[in-house]
Amino acid sequence: MSGATDTGDTDAPADLVTGIVVPIHVEYEYTAGEAASRFLSHIPERRLVGQRHGDHGLVYVPPRGSDPANGEPTDQDVELTDQGTVTTFCIVNVPFAGQAVECPYVCAQILLDGADITFQALIQEAEVSQIHPGMRVEAVWVDDPEPTLESIRYFRPSGEPDATPESYKDHM
Amino acid sequence: MTEHSLTASHVVEYDYTRSLGPVLSHFVTGLRDRVVRGTRTKSGRVIVPPLEFDPDTYEDLGADALVDVGEAGVVTSWAWVHEPRPSHPLDQPFAWVLVQLDGADTPLLHALDAGGEDAVSTGMRVQVRWAQDRVGGIRDIACFEPEGAS
Repeated sequence: MSGATDTGDTDAPADLVTGIVVPIHVEYEYTAGEAASRFLSHIPERRLVGQRHGDHGLVYVPPRGSDPANGEPTDQDVELTDQGTVTTFCIVNVPFAGQAVECPYVCAQILLDGADITFQALIQEAEVSQIHPGMRVEAVWVDDPEPTLESIRYFRPSGEPDATPESYKDHM
Repeated sequence: MTEHSLTASHVVEYDYTRSLGPVLSHFVTGLRDRVVRGTRTKSGRVIVPPLEFDPDTYEDLGADALVDVGEAGVVTSWAWVHEPRPSHPLDQPFAWVLVQLDGADTPLLHALDAGGEDAVSTGMRVQVRWAQDRVGGIRDIACFEPEGAS
C-alpha cells in the first residue's frame, strides 16, 4: 500500500508506504469425533441423521456427541428428512475475499423436520426478497455426496405451504 | 456406533491488512529504499525497529526522532532451524538471529543464511542481504548473511 498518506508528517515522501498486507495461513488436521463421524457417514446416502440422549431427548443436528442441556451422551440416532423450515435468515450484501456465492444471497437457519435445533445453510433458487420465516425448503445435493456437509449444495423452496409459527417458535 | 473418527484437512487463510502509522511507515519505506531506520529516544538510545513512543518517558517521538542505522551489525543471540517450514524466509536450514545493527542499541530479529550451524556464533558480524524486489515490508530484507559474503 502506498500513495496518499496521513502520517501527520508534512515532510513525508509522496510514495511513503503506509500499510502492509500480512497473509495468514494455518493448516489444521480436523478430527470430527465419534458423533460427527457417525452423522457424516450417512451423508453419502443422502441421509441426515440427528442424535439424542435416550428416547425423549432433544434431537441435535449436526450432533456434537452430548446433549448440551444435561451433558448426557447422544446415544440414539434419529433419522431426519432433508426438508425443513426457515426460522430466521440473513441477506448477505457485502462481498468479501474468498466469497463463493454472488451477492445478494441468503444464509438461513433451517429447522429440519424432526430436529430440535436449527443449522445454518445457504438458500438458492429463490429471490432474496421472497425468503421469510416459516418458508419450507429442501436440500439440493451434489451428484456424488461425500461425508462432508458440502455435499448439500444449498436449500431451495420446496413449494409447500408455510409452516405455522407455532411449529418452530420453540426452536429459534 | 462407528469405531473411528473421520478426519479432514482444514485451511484457514486470509490477508491481514495493517496500517503502519506515522513511524513504522518510514521504517518500511526505508527498507524499500535499502535503508534501516530506528528511533532515538530522549535518553539517546537508538531503538530498531523504531517506536512511536519513548519507552522510558512515554513521550510521543513521532517521525522526527527517526535516524538511519547501519546495514551490518553483531549477532547477540541465535537459534538454529534444522527444518524450515513453508512460511520461513529461507528454504534451507538457517538461524533466527538477533542482530544489533551498527548505530543501534537494541537488536532486530531476522533470519541468517549462514550455510551451517557451525558457522554461527554470538558476536559474529553480519550484514543485510536485500531482496531483489522490495515493496515496503520486513521481507525487503531477504535475510542476513556473514559480513563480506557478497
